[in-house]
Order: sequence, then structure tokens, then C-alpha cells
Amino acid sequence: MKDVLTENAVKAETSKISARKAQVYYGTNHAIKDVDVEILDKTVTAFIGPSGCGKSTFLRCLNRMNDTIPSCRVEGSITLDGEDIYDKRVDPVQLRAKVGMVFQKPNPFPKSIYDNVAYGPKIHGLTRSKAELDEIVEKSLRRAALWNEVKDRLQTPGTGLSGGQQQRLCIARAVATSPEVLLMDEPCSALDPIATAQVEELIDELRTNFSVVIVTHSMQQAARVSQRTAFFHLGNLVEYGETGQIFTNPKDPRTESYITGRIG
Amino acid sequence: MSIGILSSILLALAAAGYFIGRARAVSAAGGDTRKLHSLAGFYGQSVALFTAVPAFLLMAAWLFIQPILIESRVSGQLQQTLAPDASLSLVMADVRRLANAIDSIGTADEVAALSPEALTARLGEQGVAMGGDMSVAQVAAANEYRLLSNQSRTGMTVATIALALAGLAFALRRIRIDFRARNVTEQFVMVLMIAASLIAVLTTAGIVVSLLFETIHFFKLYPASDFFLSTTWSPKFGGGSDLGIWPLLWGTLYVSLIALIVAVPVGLMSAIYLAEYASPRVRTWVKPAIEILAGIPTIVYGLFALITVGPLLRDYFALPLGLGNSSSSVMTAGLVMGIMVIPFVSSLSDDIINAVPQSLRDGSLGLGATPSETVRQVVLPAALPGIVGAILLAASRAIGETMIVVMGAGAAAKLSLNPFEAMTTVTVKIVSQLTGDTEFASPETLVAFALGLTLFVITLALNILALWIVRRYREQYE
Ligand SMILES: Nc1ncnc2c1ncn2[C@@H]1O[C@H](COP(=O)(O)OP(=O)(O)O)[C@@H](O)[C@H]1O
Ligand SMILES: [Mg+2]
Repeated sequence: MKDVLTENAVKAETSKISARKAQVYYGTNHAIKDVDVEILDKTVTAFIGPSGCGKSTFLRCLNRMNDTIPSCRVEGSITLDGEDIYDKRVDPVQLRAKVGMVFQKPNPFPKSIYDNVAYGPKIHGLTRSKAELDEIVEKSLRRAALWNEVKDRLQTPGTGLSGGQQQRLCIARAVATSPEVLLMDEPCSALDPIATAQVEELIDELRTNFSVVIVTHSMQQAARVSQRTAFFHLGNLVEYGETGQIFTNPKDPRTESYITGRIG
Repeated sequence: MSIGILSSILLALAAAGYFIGRARAVSAAGGDTRKLHSLAGFYGQSVALFTAVPAFLLMAAWLFIQPILIESRVSGQLQQTLAPDASLSLVMADVRRLANAIDSIGTADEVAALSPEALTARLGEQGVAMGGDMSVAQVAAANEYRLLSNQSRTGMTVATIALALAGLAFALRRIRIDFRARNVTEQFVMVLMIAASLIAVLTTAGIVVSLLFETIHFFKLYPASDFFLSTTWSPKFGGGSDLGIWPLLWGTLYVSLIALIVAVPVGLMSAIYLAEYASPRVRTWVKPAIEILAGIPTIVYGLFALITVGPLLRDYFALPLGLGNSSSSVMTAGLVMGIMVIPFVSSLSDDIINAVPQSLRDGSLGLGATPSETVRQVVLPAALPGIVGAILLAASRAIGETMIVVMGAGAAAKLSLNPFEAMTTVTVKIVSQLTGDTEFASPETLVAFALGLTLFVITLALNILALWIVRRYREQYE
């Protein structure tokens, strides 16, 4: 594990997303309490913590997916490139084009593989010709390490792929809109070890263009792919820092008990 | 003994069986119910079931068969004494009425001693109206009828109580510590459930077979090629009718088409609003409100068509446009029927749209699609097969509708394209061919069965198609 960590040394230091005193309520349930966090550009940030501690909730705040849950209320400030994303003038739809999301369960649309990937570019009018669209589709599928497996059957339904392929299709779909930040909520939890390894490799590669935030239950995964790690517990952000430091030298006793397997 | 008293006795026996069975199980275990295979109550239940169920089944079968047997015996004897032109069924109706009233007049001998006129008068005092004065043979037949009924009733009482007691004894003797009362009870109940579902299936089959039977009968009297190919419908009760199905089928399809043109857009859009946009509060109010439409009796819709919509369409559309002056029209019936089937489309589509996994919506919204893009490009395509199924079900509902058409579209069988003209449908003609005092032997009445069967085949095909489409759609997500 040691050399992986040194290899993953943080390179970029500009802040992409920053949260100040973020609070989330589901009705009366206070799910996220006073979270302050800086998510860096061109960096993979991992959110870890026991189930129900609010990792997904906080992740969904970053592209306002929580707007789709009627009982959910967000307070405090969250900014993307210095702009408050909860400002009245911000269109959540445009925000989500910039902050893409990959979900825990692969959710390809019941359309062809091609149409799945072309969905975002078509909606946002990113291309002027069919050739350009073809190019984006191919590039995205290549980035998701899926091109070779599907290039001969782009017109078959995306739902017909295996679980791991479906998840890589969803990643290709998110990448195709060229977002600035990619949020991934336990993207490997439904995958076998081989598919997981492929997705992890992909995440490391995506870091060259995007800022990636990944929620994971696997400590090894967090250590392998991320440069920064945030540990959540009962709605609080307990500790946030360089991945190496969190795993080798945690400051908070709760973090230590979690990574050594005593909480969770 | 009346059926009510007999039923109470059987139920009392079953209740007693429950407690005896339970007590017996407990004592067989020496008071320690943990030694029993099943909970003590199951032993009681098994006894109660074996006591009551066979006895009630016997009673039901007896009540079903008894009148048929007695009727055939009595009428067999009576037939020989009848004048050749008298109707046996009318005479038998009088015999049955007299048989039921005899006890309120006097003993059988006294009744036999009365003259026919005096008997009719006495019956009139009791409030029993007869078709005519009774002949001696009829009075004798009535007495015979009464006697046989009473005998049979006594027989039934004895037989059912005996069967109940036998069941009780049988079930009680089986009780031991290791008797699997729970399994036996559950199996017994399962057999009952199978029987219940068989009743539904057999009834359907029976209806279809009788339809088929009468239809074949009809085609022996009237050529099938004329029925399916002729374009005129003009039944004449003197004979020589033209009974082509096309004008009726055309009316049915035309009215249903207009109904769907109304119901599909309205129903679908309200379903999309309810499923995708409405807040939970709005949903809890609006959804039941739409479903109320489905609860309005069709005769009320018919009134609405007859009194409001028909004249309105005539005065503001048909007359100014020069398209006719009839207040009953295909348009009237179609519009009103469209309103009636809106809840079928909207409620089913709403359920189907809701069944589209939230993860697909999240996926689309997460890519920066607006809610309406998400609905159009992801949710509706995913739900489409189910929605088509819902529309087909609504169509088969519209095709079978009668009341709105009678009151809204009229009764004139016509092949016309003008939607403001009165036309009629298959269902309406079935009703009009069967109402009135006609014998069920002429092609003019029997045609109703052929029409009914045709309609049944059409709606069945639509339903099967709808179910098939809906099932294919379900498989996509499971
Ligand atoms: N849609 C929701 N409605 C109400 N409460 C929710 C909802 N989603 C999550 N919660 C609550 O918020 C808390 C955090 O949940 P979540 O963010 O899913 O945790 P994690 O992803 O870390 O397992 C939990 O207490 C959960 O019950
Ligand atoms: Mg989660």
C-alpha cells in the first residue's frame, strides 16, 4: 500500500468546490451538520464513513440532486469556482451538466449503447454534426475502457450489458458531457473485483481532466484511488486531509477506530 | 326445515367441533400443549372444517339439483294432459306458484276439493295472481310438486346433518399428539381456494360455451357469410331480415375511436403531471378525484350525453356547420365515453410511470437534463409499452360500453363518416334484439349471441394484446 500512496501525491492545489457550514435536513432529521470542506481540482477525493453517516447526502448536495427530494433542505454555502451553487440565479440543470454523477447501481437508459452515451451531448447541443457526435461517443467509451467490448454492437440496448459493463457505460455517459467535477456514489459496490479494478484505473485516469469525488465503503479503494479523504460520522465531517495521513496517522480517535475496523 | 335453520345447525356443529377438537388435542397431550405437533387451535380448526365444509357443499349441490329433478318429473306427468297449443313453461309457472301457496290455503285434500274458480279466488285473497284457472291436472301436479319438494327438503336436512356428524367423528378420531393438524388445515384451505378459483374459470368457460352454442344455432338459420359481409342491418320480425354486422361494428369502432382521441391525451397528460410534477399533497387530492370519474354509473354519463352534450353539439356545431340536426350522434357518445375512460388511461399510466425506476430519472437529471427532457426522453420511452397496454384496456372498456351509446348515439344502424349523425353499436343492438316478448328461436333474436361473441372475441384479443405488452414491459426491470 505504501508505494501506491507516495505515487498518489497531491499535485494540484486549487480549490474547485468549497462548503462552509453546510447543513442538510430531511424534514426534521438533521443529516449533515456543519460540514466545511475544500474539494481540490484535478484530485480524487474519497468520502468514507459508516452507513447512514450522510456521505451520499453530502455528495448529492454538490450537484443539487437533493432538489429532487421534496423533504430535503440545504443550508450554509457551497460554492463551485467561487460561485454559490444554491444562489437563486443558478440553474440546477446547468450546474449538473458541469458536475456529473455516477450512481451506486448502474442505471443505463433503456436505449442503445450509442444513445446512452450521446444523451448528454444531444441535450446540451455540444455537437454540430453526426460525425462529431460519433467522435464524442467513441472517445467517451474509450475513456471508460468499454470501447473494445462494445464497438461492434453500439446499437444494441445498454441494458443488455453485464453489471460491470453497465457501470462503465454510465461513466462514459457522464464523461461525454465533459463535466468539470464527477461525483461517484459507491460506483463499484455492484461490481466484481475485475470490473472494480477497471473502474479504479479509470478513476485515476479521469483525474487528469476532472475533479473526482468518490464515496466508498472500501478503505483499500479509498487508499488506492484517492489523494484526499474525508471521514464522516453521524452527519459530521470528523477529519479531512491527505489520504496518506488519514490512513497512517489519523488525528481523531473516531477516524482511527473506523479505519482499524472498530466502528462501522 | 328452512335453509337458515339448517345452516345455523351446521355452524353450531362446526363450532362445537372446534372446541371438542381442541380439548381433545390438549387432553391427548396430557395438558402439555408443547408436545402437540401444531398449536391446539389447529386441531379445533381441522375438526370444524371437516364438519362444516362437506355438509355445506352437499347442501349447495342438493339445492341446485333438486328443482331440476322435481320439475322434470312433474312436467313429464303434466305434459300428457295438456292441450297441444298450451305453453308448458307458463303452465309450470302456475303450478309452482300454487305449490308454494297451498299451505296458506289449507291441507292438500281441501285444496283438491275446491272448484277451479273458487281456488283462483282463494289464491287472489292471498295475493297470489295466477295465469288462469287451474285444471284438475294442474292442481294434482301442484300437490305432487309440493310433496316432492317437502320430501326432498327432509332428505337434504337428514343427509347434511349426517354428513356433518360423520365429518366431525372422522376428524375427531384422527386427533393424536403427532397428527399434523396445521398442515392438514392449510391443505384443506388451499383446496377450498382452488375450488373458488375454479368456479370463476368454469363460469367464464360456461358463458363462452353457451355463447358459442347459440351462435352456431344462429348460423344454421342465417348464413355466416351474410352476417360478416353484408353492410345492411335491418331486422324484420316477420322474417327476411338483413343482419349484416358492419354498420354496428363501424358504429362501435367510430365511437371508441372518438373516445380514445379524447381520453388518451387528457389521461396521459394528467398521468404525467401526477407522476412527475405534482407535489405529494396535490397527488393525494387529485388522483382520487380523477378516479371518482370511474365510479360514476354509466347511466349518469348517459343522461349527461342525452341532456347536455347532445343538444350542445347539435346547436353549436352540427347545425351551424350544416352537418345534421340530430342531437344523438357519434360525437356525443364518443366525447362522453372519452370522459368516462380518462381514469382508466390516467390511473394505469400513472402507476406505470411510477414504476419506472427512480434511478433512471436520477441518471438523466444528473446529466443536466431538465425534468421535461427526462420525461420525454427517458421516462416515457421506458413506460411506453405499459402505456400502450393501458390504452388498449381503455379501448376494450369503450367497445363494451352500452348505456352511453343508447342515450348519446341513438339506435340507427348506419355506415357513415359524419360524426354528427346518429349511429349505433353492437352492444346497443344486442339489447334491442333481446328485449321484448320474442321467442329465442328466430334469427332476429339469436343474432344477439353472434354479436356478443364477436364483441367478446374483439375485446379478448385487445386484452390479451394489452396483457402481453404490459408483461413484456415488466420483464425489462425485474
Ligand atoms: N431520501 C431521504 N429521505 C429522508 N431521509 C433520508 C433520505 N436519504 C437519506 N436519508 C437519511 O439521511 C441520513 C444519511 O443517509 P445517507 O446520506 O444515505 O448515508 P450514507 O450514504 O452515508 O450511507 C440517514 O439517516 C438517512 O436515513
Ligand atoms: Mg450512500
